[in-house]
Amino acid sequence: MLEHAHPGLLLIAGGALLPALPARLRAAAAPLLPAAALALVWLVSGGSSFSWLGLALQPLEPDALSRVFASAFCLVAGLGSLFAIRHASVRELTASLIYAGSALLVVLAGDWLTLFVGWELMAVSSTVVIWCAGTEAARRAGMRYLAMHALSGVLLLAGLSTLLVQTGSLAIGAVPTDGPAGWLLLAGVLINAGAPPVSAWIPDAYPEATATGMVFLSAFTTKSAVYVLLRAFAGTEILVPIGLWMILYGILYALLENDMRRILAYSIVNQVGFMVVGAGIGTELSVNGAAAHAFAHLLYKGLLIMSAGSVLIAVGKRGCTELGGLWRSLPWTAACGIVGALAISAFPLTSGFVTKSLINSAAAKEHLTLTWFVLVAASAGVFLHAGIKFPWFVFFHRDQGLRPSEGPWNLRAAMLGAAALCILPGLFPGPLHAILPFPVEERVYTGAHVVTQLQLLLFGGLAFFVLLPMLERTRTITLDWDWLWRRPGRALAAFAAGGLDELSGRTSAAVARIAGRLVPDLGGLRGRRTAWPLWGSLLVLAALLGGVLTWNLLQ
Amino acid sequence: MSEKKPPVRIPRRAWIAGGALLAATLAAEPFVHLHPHFGIDGHFGFHAWYGFGACALMVLFAKLVAGRLLSRRDDYYDA
Repeated sequence: MLEHAHPGLLLIAGGALLPALPARLRAAAAPLLPAAALALVWLVSGGSSFSWLGLALQPLEPDALSRVFASAFCLVAGLGSLFAIRHASVRELTASLIYAGSALLVVLAGDWLTLFVGWELMAVSSTVVIWCAGTEAARRAGMRYLAMHALSGVLLLAGLSTLLVQTGSLAIGAVPTDGPAGWLLLAGVLINAGAPPVSAWIPDAYPEATATGMVFLSAFTTKSAVYVLLRAFAGTEILVPIGLWMILYGILYALLENDMRRILAYSIVNQVGFMVVGAGIGTELSVNGAAAHAFAHLLYKGLLIMSAGSVLIAVGKRGCTELGGLWRSLPWTAACGIVGALAISAFPLTSGFVTKSLINSAAAKEHLTLTWFVLVAASAGVFLHAGIKFPWFVFFHRDQGLRPSEGPWNLRAAMLGAAALCILPGLFPGPLHAILPFPVEERVYTGAHVVTQLQLLLFGGLAFFVLLPMLERTRTITLDWDWLWRRPGRALAAFAAGGLDELSGRTSAAVARIAGRLVPDLGGLRGRRTAWPLWGSLLVLAALLGGVLTWNLLQ
Repeated sequence: MSEKKPPVRIPRRAWIAGGALLAATLAAEPFVHLHPHFGIDGHFGFHAWYGFGACALMVLFAKLVAGRLLSRRDDYYDA
């Protein structure tokens, strides 16, 4: 029975039932559901398939790659729920668990249609998570976010439909990028990965969520996209320059950013860039590296965002210009934030060290000279923008006189749990390497690797402090490609909407006149102006449907 | 745009401790066996100067080029 129970459906059903539970039971159930889902990820065997509308579907088809992603998703969902139980609304907790369950649908799917259902459910539930912040900024950012993911969904649907027509199968496997199916699917997936030119949706939307909601948001959408890239597009060469661009973009924009949560959001683009490069190189070592790095990233990014969330809950401020000197008042939050910062920077004895090195080694072994030099420079840049900048400006730098208290126990417990999961794989990489898709032959702890990594990071840190006066924060944002649709695009849309309104009014009136003559009963509605567009639309729709049916009959 | 405040000074002791740490990483290099892939990465202290140079370049480019072209007040989209 258990071998066919879907961990994703458990989270979705459990999340939907949360509002019906009493408050105490809900607080216990929210973190326990992902723990149960984690157990299922390793218990299920999958392999069951059924036919729907003539399509063979395999909704549960786990393998080693799926399990790496699914395990990390469950761990983040469990820790994120523990972090959220006191501060998040019931609606947000429900949406967050449905979002996590949808991500499990994606990474455990054996066919593109199940993956697409999970993809769309993720888009809707994550938008609700953003809206749960209840602010006007969150409402607007959520709408922009939803539009972007609707576009991704449309491309994915078009791609899988084309694939079905071409091959007759929806089974997930390597998709060649020499035809429209591959390009449509790849474009849809890259939007969710935060690739250029649409990377801005991540720093635009995520920081507008609540302190607790952003923990969930940082985890699932981008990493599900990385999973699909590794599953279907490993070795697609265009992914290497795309990933390198994302890496450098994330660093430069984070260096210029003032909002601590946007710094961490830009850093998501940067880290996903490393994984996209790993997918693009496409060797066993690089796929292992990208999967392992996704696992480590999910936990250290979750930890960093929980640390920033604790600060936000404690002082209600997000700008580096308003923060500083908080290590005295928030020692646990600062210590956990620093552990996350060391892990994202790939310091020895942390998870990042044993995962990022696999991607860099893969580039070196394939003699990808430019790629390797950019990856190494960017490794130092990660320490610069996330490893030092975030903890320095929030917990040290200039004391702003803020003296808050640490939050309740659950915030610290969730952060300590995530911190332990950032350090344990660094101390004992064996278990993480053992669950990767391919055997790991690399020795990560060599004297040379430890010494050269310390040189790279510490001298990069020296550059930060030498140039500290240039890094003083200002209350600014940095324009991105989304300027095109937020400024001229918006004006164009408003202009077009005005024209369409006028056109729609004239068309509706004409349709209404004809309809009134054809169907005498409609005449009674003539005075109700608002009813005409609806009746008009229905008649046009009926005429189109009739036309299509007639055409099919004639064929 | 920015509020003028006195620059934050890093204590002299922190510079000395940090300098000692950096020197220690360089001093350890002759005792490990490097595996250079591209030639230049086998030179003494390559990762040290490359890390410093790359980070300095990123800060300078971000601040002097990208920042000047693309930075706007944080209420830019609210206006």
